[in-house]
Amino acid sequence: MENVASLAVLLAFCAALYALFASVIGRIQRKPFLIVSGERAVYCVWALISIGSGILVYGLVTGDFRFSYVAQHSNRSMPLLYKFAAWWGGQEGSLLFWSWLLSTYSAVVVFTNRRKHRDMMPYVVGVLMFVQTFFLVLNNFVVGPFKMLSMEGSITAVPDGNGLNPLLQYPAMAIHPPMLYLGYVGFAVPFAFAIASLITRQPGEAWIHTTRRWTLITWLFQSTGVMLGMAWAYHVLGWGGYWGWDPVENASLLPWLSGTAFLHSVMMQEKKGMMKVWNIVLISTTFLLCILGTSLTRTGLVQSVHAFAQGPLGKYFTSFLAICIAGIAFLILDRLQYLKSEAQLESVISRESSFLFNNLILLASCFAVLWGTLFPVISEAVSGEKISLDQVWFNKLMIPIGLFLLILTGVGPLFAWRRTSLESLRRNFQWPGIASVVLVGVLLAAGIRNFYALISFGFCLFVALTVLMEFYKGGRAIAAKNNMNLLRATVELTHRNTRRYGGYLVHMGIVLMFVGFTGAAFKLADVKEMNVGDTLKMGHYDLKVVDLKEGENDNYSWHRATVLVSRHGDVLYTLEPEKRFYKASRQGTSEVGVRPGLLEDVYLNFGGMSDDGVRAVIQAYVFPLVSWIWIGGLVLIGGTLVCLVPSKIKMQYARTEVVGITRKYAEVPK
Amino acid sequence: MKKYGKFAALIAVVIAALVWLASTGVSETKTYYKTIAEVGQMGDRAYAERLRVAGDVASGSIQRANGQVNFTLTQDKRELKVAYTGSDPLPDTFRDGAQALADGRMGHDGVFHASKIQAKCASKYEAKPGQLRAAPALPVNKTT
Repeated sequence: MENVASLAVLLAFCAALYALFASVIGRIQRKPFLIVSGERAVYCVWALISIGSGILVYGLVTGDFRFSYVAQHSNRSMPLLYKFAAWWGGQEGSLLFWSWLLSTYSAVVVFTNRRKHRDMMPYVVGVLMFVQTFFLVLNNFVVGPFKMLSMEGSITAVPDGNGLNPLLQYPAMAIHPPMLYLGYVGFAVPFAFAIASLITRQPGEAWIHTTRRWTLITWLFQSTGVMLGMAWAYHVLGWGGYWGWDPVENASLLPWLSGTAFLHSVMMQEKKGMMKVWNIVLISTTFLLCILGTSLTRTGLVQSVHAFAQGPLGKYFTSFLAICIAGIAFLILDRLQYLKSEAQLESVISRESSFLFNNLILLASCFAVLWGTLFPVISEAVSGEKISLDQVWFNKLMIPIGLFLLILTGVGPLFAWRRTSLESLRRNFQWPGIASVVLVGVLLAAGIRNFYALISFGFCLFVALTVLMEFYKGGRAIAAKNNMNLLRATVELTHRNTRRYGGYLVHMGIVLMFVGFTGAAFKLADVKEMNVGDTLKMGHYDLKVVDLKEGENDNYSWHRATVLVSRHGDVLYTLEPEKRFYKASRQGTSEVGVRPGLLEDVYLNFGGMSDDGVRAVIQAYVFPLVSWIWIGGLVLIGGTLVCLVPSKIKMQYARTEVVGITRKYAEVPK
Repeated sequence: MKKYGKFAALIAVVIAALVWLASTGVSETKTYYKTIAEVGQMGDRAYAERLRVAGDVASGSIQRANGQVNFTLTQDKRELKVAYTGSDPLPDTFRDGAQALADGRMGHDGVFHASKIQAKCASKYEAKPGQLRAAPALPVNKTT
């Protein structure tokens, strides 16, 4: 079976290479049969990788501990979900998963475009298969997932495996990597179309229109992945936070930032024919950051305290990135004349300008995060000393960037194209502006002196009001015209232009998330060794340990504290933070006790037992407003889904088309 | 061109502000990754900078006394005494033989005062990075 799997993945490599050359040569020599065979080879690659992956997953689920990968990442007592999730739980498996996703995407792209973009498609296939080939090289020759355990020349099995890293044995974490990977891999498709369009010197914006939905869906996966990562850090890692500017976290944020910039700047190209070079650069950057992100999470480039060139993977990724950058740079420079802008910037206060600054800020933040993440590598290359930067640095830089972005979110969409009159500025911003100033005044009077927090709350209210006013104004107009109630009119309004109003919803989600982020400025934290009966005072809460227990099951042993939370003498609820120790992997994890609330979360972590083994170390936190991050996240997802719904006007158009086809088929029997 | 001048000026201001923030931030928060041997070679500079030192926790060296944890890190037969004074409880993975990262400052008493400890426990069958290509030789060592 292991031979079948290895062979399948090896054949997939050959097929991918074939697809690459057949498509490109077929296009150059204009031989349709070569192009078609190249496209069929793409399906073939998908089938072959699926066989390989299927066998690996089968091994994980049934516990075939002859596979070294299975022995490392699965064990007998794990629930089925995590046995399956072990597919992407380790380096070899997750790279195979990457390959499989890419082949799936490629197959879908080839299928959905089988009658469209005939001149571009061979190159799209070429680019996708080039990337595919790279990952299959890794799967086959560098970190093969099908290594067997052997003793004295014969294959043997171990009785039981290590099990999946217990930190990953958490539902959100089981789906977090696939979400991120769906995002990472998905950006390969718009990238492939962009490059194909560049190679074939396409006039117009065909590649943008075709890949718009792809990009949005990919971006949605990426956003969901990043947010699941935050939720996981908050609920599982137990260090009392959701974001620590860890290299792996940054790796997921980088393509999200540049992808967001891309989603905005394509509008400039669609509407005004501007920023053509920029868009190609952006989508390429996003794709390369996805590759870099994979390599950061997979090679331990930055986390490790040892030298950079550790393990073989880093070099492969670096070479691949270098080749891609060189190729893209050559193509763009060579075809610069095809990418001339059709319009010019006219005024600093205009939609164009707000897009420009949106892009500038997003890219600057992207660059800052990249710089901070790679600083150990850069400093080692420059001065020979490995220097790392920590959270403080990132926060110092990213908070002002974030606030600037937040205010752009509010004002950008309301600036008119070309130039904005003072009158329209006043109309749109007068009331939100006044309300925000009042809010900041009230907060100041209430005793809040944190500068950034004041600014952030002010901006949040401002942006939220501008967005609500847009919905209200549009909805009221429709309501008056069609005699509807306001709610239905607002739904109608959104339906008429889903891209615009879905976009507003996404912005609203971002605002809510910023409300949540700002809460971090007011968090309370304390840690105390406590025995049964001990109390800890925290803000207006009193925490009292009423019970300490321990026990074990097949998978892990545990310690649990039962803590009674009360406020001003009123008993509110109990929380049960727990510490687990997984037997197979000999690792501990925390099950934090969280009581979420709209205003604040009470968060308890069982830090461990004290040295005398009698008292429990309880870390207690109060996180104001954290729930708004998750609420904002859901609004953002909802808004993106709205964007994906076709606008009503277009939908009617599509409907007539369908009717036409039906009639045509209906006439056939005559 | 005048319009573009305005844009250029605005962009320049934004970028300059960010660069200023970034560069002042670096000197405040930078931490040097050092091996134990390198710490010894740093001379007086070792006392001035924030350091992050990696090594294995020497077996039997962990001692706890009134809120402070003392232990010895070893790497390539060199040793470094560490005193942990931070308020967070030590990670579960921190124990004899674990790989640990100590983040803090070198004291003039020759003891490294760590404010943060990270620890990684090499899992049962996990090959060391760099040896990933080699299939683990059996019989597999069951101890950590």
